[in-house]
Amino acid sequence: MATGNAIDPIHQFIVAPLAQIRIGGIDASFTNASLFMVIVLLAATFLMIIGTAQKSIVPGRLQSAAEMAYEFVASTVRGTTGTEGMKFFPLVFSLFMFVLLSNLIGLIPYTFTVTSQIVVTFALAALVILTVIIYGVINHGTHFLHLFVPSGVAPALLPFIVLIEVISFVSRPISLSVRLFANMLAGHITLKVFGAFVALLLSAGGWAAISPLPLVGIVALTAFELLVAFLQAYVFAILTCVYLNDALHPGH
Amino acid sequence: MDPIAAKYIGAGLATIGMGGAAIGVGAIFGQFLSGALRNPSAADGQFGRAFIGAALAEGLGVFSFLVALLLLFVV
Repeated sequence: MATGNAIDPIHQFIVAPLAQIRIGGIDASFTNASLFMVIVLLAATFLMIIGTAQKSIVPGRLQSAAEMAYEFVASTVRGTTGTEGMKFFPLVFSLFMFVLLSNLIGLIPYTFTVTSQIVVTFALAALVILTVIIYGVINHGTHFLHLFVPSGVAPALLPFIVLIEVISFVSRPISLSVRLFANMLAGHITLKVFGAFVALLLSAGGWAAISPLPLVGIVALTAFELLVAFLQAYVFAILTCVYLNDALHPGH
Repeated sequence: MDPIAAKYIGAGLATIGMGGAAIGVGAIFGQFLSGALRNPSAADGQFGRAFIGAALAEGLGVFSFLVALLLLFVV
């Protein structure tokens, strides 16, 4: 771009080490990504501990936020996997709060969005899929493979259906992680590009008159990104429930 | 053709797939809304399913985005 680094839309995703730490040749530096993960964890812990400390009958602001988050995830888990899925509630709730708070904190200017890193979202998705596979194999043994063989399919079609089911199962961690990563990445790049429009128009003589237009666009886009931030956390949580439901009840 | 140019053209072509995901997600929410307006009392119970369908449709579009990213930054 003409003015160089100042409006490079990718610059915000660079992971920079804040404190160099090397453990046996492995780079384990404390980076800005690690810092914001700690901030997200502290925010979630603060919300739940301080929010549930009072336990008043008429809840205050923080207590209603904590109760709403709990009730929302609990009803999602119960509705998708039934009451026996509630043993996975701590996992789903932790994932939901982590993704939601990273998305929301990332919307504040000059912060780092943890979920815009594919390695973070893929680690979360791999955690979900490994939980599904390990729980399914331990509890159902070879019956878990019935997940790939739907009942009531014509024998001639069965090989193709099994192939499609296997491909769909294998692509789950990829789609789960890339969906979240791509939404966050694309949203933040769009915001940055619109910000660059304002800067470029202001330095373009008479064209500066229309520079408020992209500024209004940024406000609208930020509101939209707020919706996307919540929606992607919800989608991540509900898909986790759907996949866990497969581990609880394999064989459709 | 210049391989760098071919790479960028390929990445641009790959993003057309996102349009398919847009059609899919639009169809899902359009159908959900038309069903919800016919029977508003049953809408809340199917809200989660609409999002599962939208997420799955979006997931397939995201694969084309992934192809574009791989072409731009990996190949």
